[in-house]
Amino acid sequence: MFFSELYGVYYQAVAEILRAAVEHPVSEAELREIVEKYAFEESILSIPSALQEERWQLLKSDGTTPLKHSPNMPLTTLQKRWLKAIGMDPRIRLFTGDILEFPEVEPLFYPEDLLIFDRYSDGDDYESESYQKNFRQVLDAIRNRYPLRIEQKNRRGEIIQILIFPESLEYSEKDDKFRVIGKGSYFGNTVNIGRILSCSPYEGGGGFALERRNAPRPRSVKFELTDQRNALERVLMHFAHFEKQAERLGEDKYLITVFYDKEDETELVIRILSFGPRLKVTEPVHFVNLIKRRLIEQKSCGQ
Amino acid sequence: MAYSELIKNFNRIREYMRDFYVYGFKSRDEYTRKSARSYDNERRRVDSWLGSYMHFRRTEEGKNVFLSIDTRETRHNPFFKAWKAKSFTDGDITLHFLLMDILNTPEEAYSLSEIMEQIDEALEGFREPRLFDASTVRKKLKEYISEGIVTGEKRGKTMYYRRAGMAEVYDRDILHFFSETAPCGVIGSCLMDKEERVGEAAEHLAFKHHYITGTLDSEILCSLFQAMQEKRSVTLESANYRKKQSQTVKTWVVPLKIMVSVQNGRQYLMAYVPRIRRIMSFRTDFIRSVKYEEICENFDELRRHLEDMLPHLWGVSTQSRSGNRMEHVEFTVRYSAEEHHIHRRLEREKRCGTVEQIDKTTSRFSADVYDSSELLPWIRTFICRITEIHFSNPEVERQFREDLRELYEIYGLKGGEE
Repeated sequence: MFFSELYGVYYQAVAEILRAAVEHPVSEAELREIVEKYAFEESILSIPSALQEERWQLLKSDGTTPLKHSPNMPLTTLQKRWLKAIGMDPRIRLFTGDILEFPEVEPLFYPEDLLIFDRYSDGDDYESESYQKNFRQVLDAIRNRYPLRIEQKNRRGEIIQILIFPESLEYSEKDDKFRVIGKGSYFGNTVNIGRILSCSPYEGGGGFALERRNAPRPRSVKFELTDQRNALERVLMHFAHFEKQAERLGEDKYLITVFYDKEDETELVIRILSFGPRLKVTEPVHFVNLIKRRLIEQKSCGQ
Repeated sequence: MAYSELIKNFNRIREYMRDFYVYGFKSRDEYTRKSARSYDNERRRVDSWLGSYMHFRRTEEGKNVFLSIDTRETRHNPFFKAWKAKSFTDGDITLHFLLMDILNTPEEAYSLSEIMEQIDEALEGFREPRLFDASTVRKKLKEYISEGIVTGEKRGKTMYYRRAGMAEVYDRDILHFFSETAPCGVIGSCLMDKEERVGEAAEHLAFKHHYITGTLDSEILCSLFQAMQEKRSVTLESANYRKKQSQTVKTWVVPLKIMVSVQNGRQYLMAYVPRIRRIMSFRTDFIRSVKYEEICENFDELRRHLEDMLPHLWGVSTQSRSGNRMEHVEFTVRYSAEEHHIHRRLEREKRCGTVEQIDKTTSRFSADVYDSSELLPWIRTFICRITEIHFSNPEVERQFREDLRELYEIYGLKGGEE
């Protein structure tokens, strides 16, 4: 069953309490601490009382449990089927060469059961051995916190060297690319894995202080939306992954504010343009001018 | 019934969460057409699960609740929490931990009476020991066999039960990556929960352009995948959003493929509809239930037919508004010698059709598709450099030009002057 209490946070929190109780009598303070850590905000109102009032007969009044073993649960069939399905995704080989088999189950889905139809076609080459090697090196550096020396080509085709303290790997589903985000010896420390020629641990020396990072440059844009041709739902879904606010201005008029980072500004301009006259940018002036400039240039194309 | 933060049925909360997240401006009154108490309970639940993402705003229309989530900052899909809130009875949870304790190893098997004895023994120390009857315990064991965590074997007339074997899982980074990017990713999130107690692991992965509402359709997707594997037709019960949300329509279909958009976060089922003898798309967030029907004998043929259609699909629309079988679209863009990335953009972003470089500063895209109106949003992203455009469907071309004219007008560029 997909929606099952076996996967719920209540079972998880109670398992944690019982794990402690198998070791030693659990105090009320410890019980509450575990519930606060593992369950929902209001679970504190229900889990401790259910155990203490012995509605769930798992914890005795002295804080001990009748269980003899630390609780755990085998994988369910559904979990095995999902693990088998992700084992068929080529991206798993970036992380490991050991694919789990689970011969007793069918995968939850096969690659031919689904299609991402609007992903850009120049995504990273996950089958490439050098890509896999670079990916694993970067991931290892993130896990074990050490700096890397990376060689890549710049726009002019020249080989350049970058020193970076990698902090995370960012994946874009639309671009189908990974990039390394971290701190480095100069600003602009974001490196596309696909552009790395080679990378190796940086042993230090040279007096580099790997502390500088791309500072976030938060921006916001406001636009008015006219709800025709189901534009409201389309626009709000489209911009859903940004932090945003929506207000109703009138019968079919809405004011939307989208918060974004300066590095995504051009992308945002064209995404707003894609909705045509259903959206009208009202603030800031600088953003309005970006749209206007494109429209003026379009007029000069004779269309 | 007293309020509980746990829920029995996922469908209702699924709609509320989506509305809080996607819309965020609806007032309490707009949600309370059915029941004010129901709204208050659902809002309180979402607040309990997703407190830090929940915001309130007071407007003239009343208090608005909205969820605001920057998915680049949030490493785990917050909506997974809803899947972890299934209600259960006092007996369910007590039996679960007792049974998993009794069936502690796959090496040992017990009969029902042996299990009953051990349950009674375990409960002796409580003030009023709960009495489970054999049929309840047998039913729970049967449920666990179907979940795959217990196995049963008959010895003579007696059934013996044992725990299923423990199995290896992938490491945390793999589970994290696929929980955010693969269908039904909440399953991976639950597997991570199992490992969580090992320590507060640092997160190594982040996600950009990440749509998170799809997880709310996971159970529907799971049923559709199952139907596809069994080559089975199904009856979909879907919300009729064109009319009233409360109305549902039933459609008998043969599910063929799930199509996912990473540019607008929607997921669709492509399915053959026997009644009209056509392949059509259905938004998965509108589907409320999936009922399995008969095996479809020509499933493979229908799926091949869909595969043949894919090179002419820009989105998911399989029929033109003009009634013609196929529509042609082509447009030409110009760019400076330093802007060759525009040609690469056409190549990278086209989903079908061809891109041709006419000279150093001009490229042309052309395609034959079922519904050329689906290309309009993409074509508009090239506004500022479109020198020629032609649609075989005059209505779509008229719409493009009309929208452009309206854009000039709303930005005060009528007549070419600022």
